[in-house]
Amino acid sequence: MFKQANWNEPSIFALGRKGRRGHVPPKIEDEIKQTVAGVNALIPRNMRRKSQLKLPEVSEVEVVRHFMRLSQMNYGVDSGLYPLGSCTMKYNPKINELLADLPAINMAHPYQDEHTVQGILEILYRLQTWLAEITGTHDVCLQPSAGAHGEFLGTLLMRAYHRLNGEIKERKEVIVPDSAHGTNPASGTMAGFSVVVVPSDEDGCVSIEALKAAVSERTAGLMLTNPNTLGIFEENIGEIARIVHDAGGLLYYDGANLNAILGKARPGDMGFDIVHMNLHKTFSTPHGGGGPGAGPVGVSEELAKFLPIPRIVFDGENYRLVYDRPHSVGKIRSFYGNVAVLLKAYAYILSLGFEGLKEVAEVCVLNANYLAKKLKEIRGLTLPYGVEKPRKHECVFSAKQLKSETGVSSLDIAKRLLDCGLHAPTIYFPLIVDEALMIEPTETFEKEELDHFVEAMRKICEEAYTKPKVVLEAPHNTAISRLDEVKASHPRTMALSWHMYLKKKGQDV
Amino acid sequence: MSKHSHPYIPNSLLEIKQEMMREIGIKSLEELYEDVPQRYHLKEPLKLPEPLSEFELKKHVETLLSKNKTCDDMPGFLGAGCWQHYVPAVVKEIVQRSELLTSYTPYQPEISQGMLQALFEYQSMICELTGMEVANCSLYDWASALGEACRMAARLTGRNEILVPKIIHPDRLATLQVYADPARMIVKQVAYNKETGQISLDDFKNKISDKTAAVYIENPSYLGFIETQVDEIGKEAHARGALFLVGVDPTSLGILKPPGNYGADIVVGEAQPLGNPMNFGGPLLGIFACRDDIKLIRQMPGRIIGITTTLDGSRQGYCMALQTREQHIRREKATSNVCTNEALCAVASAVYMALLGPEGLKELGETIMYKANYAIHSLSKIESLTIPVFKSAHFKEFTVNFDGNGISVKDVHEKLLENGIHGGKDVSKDFPKLGETALYCVTEIHSKEEIERLTASLEKILA
Repeated sequence: MFKQANWNEPSIFALGRKGRRGHVPPKIEDEIKQTVAGVNALIPRNMRRKSQLKLPEVSEVEVVRHFMRLSQMNYGVDSGLYPLGSCTMKYNPKINELLADLPAINMAHPYQDEHTVQGILEILYRLQTWLAEITGTHDVCLQPSAGAHGEFLGTLLMRAYHRLNGEIKERKEVIVPDSAHGTNPASGTMAGFSVVVVPSDEDGCVSIEALKAAVSERTAGLMLTNPNTLGIFEENIGEIARIVHDAGGLLYYDGANLNAILGKARPGDMGFDIVHMNLHKTFSTPHGGGGPGAGPVGVSEELAKFLPIPRIVFDGENYRLVYDRPHSVGKIRSFYGNVAVLLKAYAYILSLGFEGLKEVAEVCVLNANYLAKKLKEIRGLTLPYGVEKPRKHECVFSAKQLKSETGVSSLDIAKRLLDCGLHAPTIYFPLIVDEALMIEPTETFEKEELDHFVEAMRKICEEAYTKPKVVLEAPHNTAISRLDEVKASHPRTMALSWHMYLKKKGQDV
Repeated sequence: MSKHSHPYIPNSLLEIKQEMMREIGIKSLEELYEDVPQRYHLKEPLKLPEPLSEFELKKHVETLLSKNKTCDDMPGFLGAGCWQHYVPAVVKEIVQRSELLTSYTPYQPEISQGMLQALFEYQSMICELTGMEVANCSLYDWASALGEACRMAARLTGRNEILVPKIIHPDRLATLQVYADPARMIVKQVAYNKETGQISLDDFKNKISDKTAAVYIENPSYLGFIETQVDEIGKEAHARGALFLVGVDPTSLGILKPPGNYGADIVVGEAQPLGNPMNFGGPLLGIFACRDDIKLIRQMPGRIIGITTTLDGSRQGYCMALQTREQHIRREKATSNVCTNEALCAVASAVYMALLGPEGLKELGETIMYKANYAIHSLSKIESLTIPVFKSAHFKEFTVNFDGNGISVKDVHEKLLENGIHGGKDVSKDFPKLGETALYCVTEIHSKEEIERLTASLEKILA
C-alpha cells in the first residue's frame, strides 16, 4: 500500500540556532581589504542596510535534510502515473539532465563573444529547424519561457500583422472555443484584444455555424488546440482555417496537445499561422513543479519578420545573433530563452528521431484509448461528447452520474486516487464537461501501470456506492489530509509569507 | 512497427500494442487517426536526424559544446543581467531530487506538500531580503516581472504612464514596452545626472504627473552604481498618487537598504544569482514582491503559495492561494496569463538563501563590494581609462570608458579574448552618449589574481 512520507517538517524559519551557517562564501584576500576602504565607507550612509536580515540560521546538514524531507513529501513522474490532462507528464530522460548541467553550457554567459559560443548556438539553430519541421512552420523563435509566454508572443504577432496591414484599429477580437485552456483568453487580453467565445457542438468540436457567426472584420484571429481539450481531433480544421482566413484573421495553434500528432500530422499543414510548443510537455523537459519550461513559437513565412530579436542565423560558416529586424515585435524577456531547457529538448528529439516521435504519438493515443475503453465500463462514469470517436492523447470523463447517485465528486475521486499512489487527473476542466476528469496517460507509462489506474478507479467508484465516507474523506495516505484551500485565500487567515504568518499570529516581526 | 521497444516508451513493444488494440477493438493504430482528414496525414518522413543511443547522444552533445569557451574555461567579467556566482553543491543535489524535478504545478496540494513548502519558503526569504511582505513564487525573469508590475500599477491606479530611468538594461526596456503597449501604457524615460548617473530629480519632477501610474527605479542601476535618492523619489511618487516600483539584484541586499525600507510598493528583480547557473541567459528567475495590502495582493500576477490547515483544522499545510486571480479560473479577466513559471529555480534560490543565511548574504554582499571596488582601483592604474564613468558608489558592476585611448570596446574585447579573458559588455551602442564604454562585472568568484590579470592584459593592449 502507498504511504507518502509524513515528516511534519517545520518551516525552515523554525529550524537552526543563532550563529549556525550552511555555506561560507569565498574569502576576501587580505591585500584587497587593505587596499579598498571598508564596506561602510563604500556605501553611502543612507543606503546601508541597518535592519538585521531575518533569514534562517541553519547548518549545511540541516538544509540538506530539510529539503530532502520536503522532496519525499512530493510526487513526480518518477514516482508513478501522473495522468494530468493537458499537462503531458511524460518521462524526463536522465541523460538530458546530465547534458544540461555541463559547464560548457551552465557557465556560458549570454553576452560572450559569438565565436566562443558556437557550440550552443549550433544546438539552438538546429533545434529551431527541427521544431519548424515537426510543426510545419517556416521559422521558430525559441525565446518564450513557457506555453503562456508563447501565447502572449503569438497574440503580439497578430497585433503586429494587423498593424502592418493598417487594420489594428478594427481587428480587436480574438476568438476562442469554450473548451479552450484558460491561458488562451488570458493571453488575448494581455495583448489588448477582447475575447469572443464560440460554443462547441455535440461532438465537442468547434461549432462551424457559431464560428461563422462569430467572425467578422473585427476578428484578429482564432486560438485553437487540435486535438482539443476533450482529446478529440477537430476534423473540420480545413473549414475552420478557411473561415478564419477568409475573414482576414490568423489561426493560432495552442501546442499543449501536440503530443498526439507528433510525426503524424502538422499544424502548419492544417493552416495554422502561429504555433506554440510546450517543450516541458511534448519534448520531455521536466516540469520542475511549475517550471522552468519553454514555449517556442513557430510561424508562417509571412509572419517571420515579426519574431523577437535576436534571431539565431547561420551564415554558412558561423552561427550568429541578428538584431537588425525592423519589423520585430521586440523583446518578451531578457536574452534568448530558457537555454538549459532547450538543450534537453534537443537531446530528446535526437534520442527518438522521426520514427521515435511518431511512436510517441501513436502510443500516447493508444494508451488514452485503452483507458477510455476500460473506464467506460465503470459504473458512475461517462464519456461525454463524440462517444464513438477515437480519442487522441487524452480522454475526458464525467463523474456527474456518480455524484448524483452517491455524492462523490470528481474532486473526491481525485483525492482518493492519491491514496493509491497515483496522481489525479486534471479535474473540472474543460469547463464544458460536468464533474470532469481529464486523463492524459502519455506514452510513458506501461500497460501494468495503466491497469493499476483502471483498477484504482474501479475500486473508488465501488467505494462511492458502498462506503462513500472513505472517498469523501480522502486522502488518507498522503503527507497531509484534505486541505482547506478557501482558508488560504481568506483575508483574515491569509498568510503568504512567514512574515505575514507571524503577523497574523500576533507575534513580533 | 518495430519489434523492440524504445527505452522511454514501454508500450512500444509490438506484443503489448497488439494486446491493447484487441482490448480497444481495433486492428491497426491507424484506426485511431481515422478522424484526421487524409490530406493532413504526413506523406513523407520528417527531415530529422537518425536517432542516437544514449552514449552516442552524450558524445554528440559534448563534442558540439566543446566548441564553447565559457567562463569555466577562462575568466569572464560579464554581468548585465546574468551573473556568475558560485552555486553550492547542495543546491544542485536538491533540485535534482526526482520528486521535485518531475512534478507538475501543485494542483493536488496533499501529495505536493514538499514543493509547496519549498516555494513558500522561497517567497518568505525573498520577502525578508527585499523588506516586503508578500512575494509570488516566481515570474520568468526580471524583464517580464517589470512588465507585469507596471501593468499591475496601471490597473490599480487607472493611469497609464510609467516613468523609468534612462539607464536601464535594453532588454528590460524593450520587454517593458512590449508588455505596456497593448495596455495602451506609455513608458517615459527620466534623464540622469551626467556626473553621477543618479536620476535627475529635475527631469523626474517635470515628467511625473497625475497620469503617472508607476515610478520605477533600479538599485543597483544597470550600470552598477547605487541610486541614493530613493527616499525623495519614493515620497514624490506617493505624493502624486503613483506606485513606487524598485528593481533589485538580490545579492546586494545583504548590505544595501532593502526597498521595503524606502517605501517600495512592488519590488521586482532577478534571482538567478541566488543559486542558479548562467546557462547562456536562461532559465532566469523573476522576483515579484509587494506590500501586505489586499488591494495590491488581489492584482498580483503569478502563482502564490499560502499557509492553510486541513479541513478539520488539526494540522497546518500549504496550498496555492488566491487562484481566483489566475487564468485557469478567471480566464480573460485574469491578472496575468502566467501558468508555468520558474518554480524549480525558486527552489534553488530557497536552498541558496537558507544555506547562506543572514551572515552569509551579508558576507556575499561585502565580498562583491570589496572585489568590485578593488577591480576599479586596480584598473584605475591605467591612466587613459575613465573608470567608472559616473562618480557614485558601485556594487558588482562598473563602467570602463576607453575614449582616452581612441580604441573601440570591440577591439579591446577581441584582444582580451586572445589573452584568454571574456571582457565586459559593450554598452556603447545602447548608451552612445557614454562613448566607447564597457560594463564590467566582478563577483565573489573572482580572485585577486584574476582581477590583476585583467589589469595587466588591458595595460598591454592599451600600451
